Amino acid sequence: MPERTPEPSPENHPPAGPTPFQVYTARAVALRRDNIDTDQIVPAEFCKRVTKSGYADALFARWRKEPDFIVDRPEHRGAGVLLAGRNFGIGSSREHAVWALKDGGFRVVIATGFGDIFQRNAMNNGLLPVDQPLSVVELLMAEVERDPEREITVDLVNCRLTTGRHQGADGWDFAVNERARQLLLKGQDAISATLQRDASIARYEAGRPDWLPTLRPTD
Amino acid sequence: MSIPRTTAERSGTTTPGKSAAPEVPAAPEAAAEPRTLAEKLWESHVVHRAPGEPDLLYVDLHLTHEATSPQAFDGLRLAGRGVRRPELTLALEDHNVPTDTHEVHDPVSRTQLDTLRANCAAHGVELYPMGHHRQGIVHVVGPQLGLVQPGMTVVCGDSHTSTHGAFGALAFGIGTSDVEHVLATQCLAIDRPRTMAVEFTGTLPPEVGAKDLILALIARIGTNGGRGHMIEYRGEIVRGLSMEARMTLCNMTIEAGARAGLIAPDRTTFAYLAGRPHAPEGARRDAALAHWRTLHTDPGATFDRTVTVDVSALTPLVTWGTNPGQVAPVAGVVPDPEELADPQARQAAHRALHYMDLTPGTALRELAIDVVFLGSCTNGRIEDLRAAAGVLRGRRVADGTRLIVVPGSAQVRAQAEREGLDEVITAAGGEWRLPGCSMCLGMNADRLHGAQRCASTSNRNYEGRQGGQARTHLVSPSVAAATAVVGRLAVPADLVP
Ligand code: SF4
Repeated sequence: MPERTPEPSPENHPPAGPTPFQVYTARAVALRRDNIDTDQIVPAEFCKRVTKSGYADALFARWRKEPDFIVDRPEHRGAGVLLAGRNFGIGSSREHAVWALKDGGFRVVIATGFGDIFQRNAMNNGLLPVDQPLSVVELLMAEVERDPEREITVDLVNCRLTTGRHQGADGWDFAVNERARQLLLKGQDAISATLQRDASIARYEAGRPDWLPTLRPTD
Repeated sequence: MSIPRTTAERSGTTTPGKSAAPEVPAAPEAAAEPRTLAEKLWESHVVHRAPGEPDLLYVDLHLTHEATSPQAFDGLRLAGRGVRRPELTLALEDHNVPTDTHEVHDPVSRTQLDTLRANCAAHGVELYPMGHHRQGIVHVVGPQLGLVQPGMTVVCGDSHTSTHGAFGALAFGIGTSDVEHVLATQCLAIDRPRTMAVEFTGTLPPEVGAKDLILALIARIGTNGGRGHMIEYRGEIVRGLSMEARMTLCNMTIEAGARAGLIAPDRTTFAYLAGRPHAPEGARRDAALAHWRTLHTDPGATFDRTVTVDVSALTPLVTWGTNPGQVAPVAGVVPDPEELADPQARQAAHRALHYMDLTPGTALRELAIDVVFLGSCTNGRIEDLRAAAGVLRGRRVADGTRLIVVPGSAQVRAQAEREGLDEVITAAGGEWRLPGCSMCLGMNADRLHGAQRCASTSNRNYEGRQGGQARTHLVSPSVAAATAVVGRLAVPADLVP
């Protein structure tokens, strides 16, 4: 084999555990499309890489060829919140989609519904998916389109979304998986948590029936 | 449109009937509360449960491949962790392999394949690389080796892992961080999804198959219709499907947005497994069978949601848009977005028609097709190749249309060659390829160019899924074959005998 496996390093692989997330405030960009699948977020040709970062060029690669693609407009440069339509992140399980959104500067996606696998992948990487009714997403989109400087605050400690006039009680609640939230607040690794259950795992393994298949060469 | 609309939705109990009848007396643990199949599978894999925490589920089989695993193995190395149970993981090379030769010319692809080989060697994970007689698409190879059995949990860093539910296994697609989690712990920390029953009713017309059933369901409930649910496919029509057709059905469950798709195991399942390399034999088979026969939804068990689809009026289907829910009969026309009530759906349809370069009202049979792709984990199995060869026998692929046939695995390829299907395909002017994901996803060398229009037996018609500005129309294998002969979208009945 001529090429060697690249050695993992902090450059091509951030340390285990998501980037901690507590309260985040940033400008936003509205991508008015429904059913944005992970093939659109990162086309397959970029999934040949073996690293977890360096996907900024891959993010929405095909749409970026369209003139005046909203995410690339100068007034939205530096946006950290992505507003999208219904059904964001459906399709392929590729986690590259999450890595690319993060490399593109996003920490939050607000949409009406998310693909189940994308949602898990996002939480595992410190990208927060915030599910809101269409009316709220619409309102936020309109606000951001009117004023690209408008900031949105996403508070994971209190699960509150606020912006502009919509502060305090006028903001919106959001729901996320509680366990994933706890891990994300502290930037903790889900694997470490599971490894603490080693005794339960071993006990379960001892009770597995012997007819279950294994790939042992003797089989 | 003749997409079935006669769909009733209700919440409630299952009708005790033939399809739910256990073949042997229920095992003691099933005697209490009636439970759905999904609940039984879930409960029997819970390793740890605590309030406020997701369940920790044990994973019986982990399938992996070159495209979503390198970063997971890297994560293990960085954290100084090992693979807990290497003998429960099987690795395959499928997404990134060429199908015309075993020479990988692209250095980036080469590195990814070499990385998988190095990782498997380092951790003692079984790998069937390109050229191996068992190599192929993960979701074709696992079942074919008898590795997927009723009652198991199966995960893979690939959304179409839902395929394995055809065996009455609980099968989830996962992302790379969960792949790392499974490698390190052999468990998945996950909240239990809700349950949903999908029952196909009526009489299945002869020219309609599993691909049409699943497209009809997605058209009905939408690409998010199954979100957060485990779907169990039920009823006599499902019982009558072969294992390969059941795999096609469960495969595209992810296109309906569901977490998993399931079919209760029965005699068809047990017969399929018999004699496969990893299927139990002798006394172990007897013990396994006794368990497998308890794996059905108990009469009176409750689903969170039930959908019924009458298929009596169904005809072969094709997608016209850029998501798998945008479906019409091959015999129909390109729909008019203005007739859609929902403004967002209308906007999406306009965008899709623009991308697909289609005009409302055009007969779908008039659409000229540049490339026909027959393959993928949805329709790259031996029955799919037989169906296509049956249509192609004694006929020629139309001038100006290219037919590429990619078996789902080396074993499917060898079987097809034993049956002479390769000769039928090449005599018709089709290309007979080596196994892999090929043109399903635009990652390897097999891609569409520019804005080519393709009739494809794969599972996703997203913008550019098959490369470039590709325009994909999802169809069944027999529609794909008829389309290759006519050069325009067609069903077998359109062909002169
Ligand atoms: S054939 Fe297509 S859908 Fe199936 S595993 Fe390969 S790329 Fe994924």
